Amino acid sequence: METTQQTESKIIELKPFADEMVVNMGPQHPSTHGVLRLELKLDGEVVREAIPHIGYLHRCFEKHSENLSYPQIIPFTDRMDYIAAMNQNWGFCLAVEKLLETDESRNFEVPERAEYLRVLICELNRIASHLLSFGTYGMDLGAFTPFLYAFRDRERLLLLFEKVCGARLTYNYVRIGGVSEIIPLEPGSITEQNYLDEVEAFLDYFEPKIDEYNELLTKNSIFTERTTEVAVMSADMALSYGATGPNLRGSGVDWDLRRDEPYSIYDRFDFDVPVAVDVPELGAVVGDCWCRYKIRMDEMKESVRIVRQILAEGLPDGPVMADLKAVRPPKGEIYFRSEAPRGELGFYIVSDGTPKPVRVKGRSPCFSALSVMQELSRGLMVADIIAIIGSIDIVMGEVDR
Amino acid sequence: MKPEEIYEVLTQQFSEAVLNFDTELAGDPSIHIAPSAIADVCQYLAETEALAFDSLMCLSGLDLNANDEEFAVVYHIYSMRHRHSAVIKAMVPKTNPHLPSVSHIWKTADWHEREAYDLYGILFEGHNDLRRILLPDDWEGYPLRKDYKEPEFYRGMRVPY
Repeated sequence: METTQQTESKIIELKPFADEMVVNMGPQHPSTHGVLRLELKLDGEVVREAIPHIGYLHRCFEKHSENLSYPQIIPFTDRMDYIAAMNQNWGFCLAVEKLLETDESRNFEVPERAEYLRVLICELNRIASHLLSFGTYGMDLGAFTPFLYAFRDRERLLLLFEKVCGARLTYNYVRIGGVSEIIPLEPGSITEQNYLDEVEAFLDYFEPKIDEYNELLTKNSIFTERTTEVAVMSADMALSYGATGPNLRGSGVDWDLRRDEPYSIYDRFDFDVPVAVDVPELGAVVGDCWCRYKIRMDEMKESVRIVRQILAEGLPDGPVMADLKAVRPPKGEIYFRSEAPRGELGFYIVSDGTPKPVRVKGRSPCFSALSVMQELSRGLMVADIIAIIGSIDIVMGEVDR
Repeated sequence: MKPEEIYEVLTQQFSEAVLNFDTELAGDPSIHIAPSAIADVCQYLAETEALAFDSLMCLSGLDLNANDEEFAVVYHIYSMRHRHSAVIKAMVPKTNPHLPSVSHIWKTADWHEREAYDLYGILFEGHNDLRRILLPDDWEGYPLRKDYKEPEFYRGMRVPY
């Protein structure tokens, strides 16, 4: 104001910020991958603050669980991350099994055959999950074609799952003590070999496709313009917020539970853990949207490798279910985490020795990953918000539970 | 480090605030900490070189029984550097459940504490944005409490079906 008086000339005050505008993105928005509402505080097209509002898909999983027996809870885990439901089933079963194992009188052990089937089917589910992520991410950023390719291939996987358990999305296949037996997978039967042949045929078809998709989208210059150097998440930030899985590895942290804290039979397989590195020719830096996306593309290859090793070895003979008369864990509590496609899926289970749990808490990887959103999006453009949501790959069913 | 060693280190550092080491039950043993000291203990766990708990895997509220006098807040922490984990528990009275927030130590706690507040009504002092996260803002009561009775109506809609 002093300057105005001194010069006595008309000075238009330039405000560094325009008026703040609040825009709701979602809850029904095709790019929010479900029912996520982002309260955007905008200065023109620049995002000052993006506040996520969640809970639109809250179905009281934890409250329901307290009134159900352990096997009855498994279908609820299907509906958490419905894109990778096999992995969710498995995560829950692993936690319960861990608690059952503490009861030494029971002498409980999951049969070999079931372990192999679990790894086989869960790695296939990981591919299906990453395919969906890849396809929708491209579509979010304006590339429609990869989406059609991704869904075409995912469809073949869903048919494989359907043959195993009769469902396409909510499987309830992995059970406490093994896997369900509805499939025509009796040991040594001709149908088992048929099924494994079909899996192999899919892998033979799919493996070269990954390179094709990399040509199609990963190196596409429009796509790299939208994703490289956008929303760089440092390793410290990822660790502090509890972002896990591809998001953590996309920030350059070499960490995978399957390798670093092997559960089930993962220590028997040979696979690499993709970790993000700078890619100067495309302009990507560790921790940006492109790196998080790329980790998923590379992980599909590793999953193919794991499944191929199972196919080469063949499934061991034996039962697919442990001899488990009733699921009644001893009084106690357990926290167990496994590597789901979206990160570390943990279950905290408290048992009082009855057939129903006292408390079940699902530690959802997407829940923690989404909490980064607010800090990550500060100062970016509105269009970048879409790029972030797609790159952290959330499923709202799991965030809200 | 094993959980019992971590317990030893903590007792030496915070003599009175470390209450006991619970190994009676099956599964993970837990270290009980006085709720008022939880932030200091967590700070120590995160910053001491030998412990270096760099990630909070999970933070949960817990109500074991409707007749109990206390809620528990359970912290599952992990050190990627040393590859060890620990379970920290703090018991808070049901009549006035409050304890210091750890969201300034691990950002994961931000949303997890909001969830524990939302579903159990536990207040985390020092949390800068403690509001409901999963339920609507005007929801009454805290559903994961064992003595919770669902309201008959929510905004004119019948709740039980």
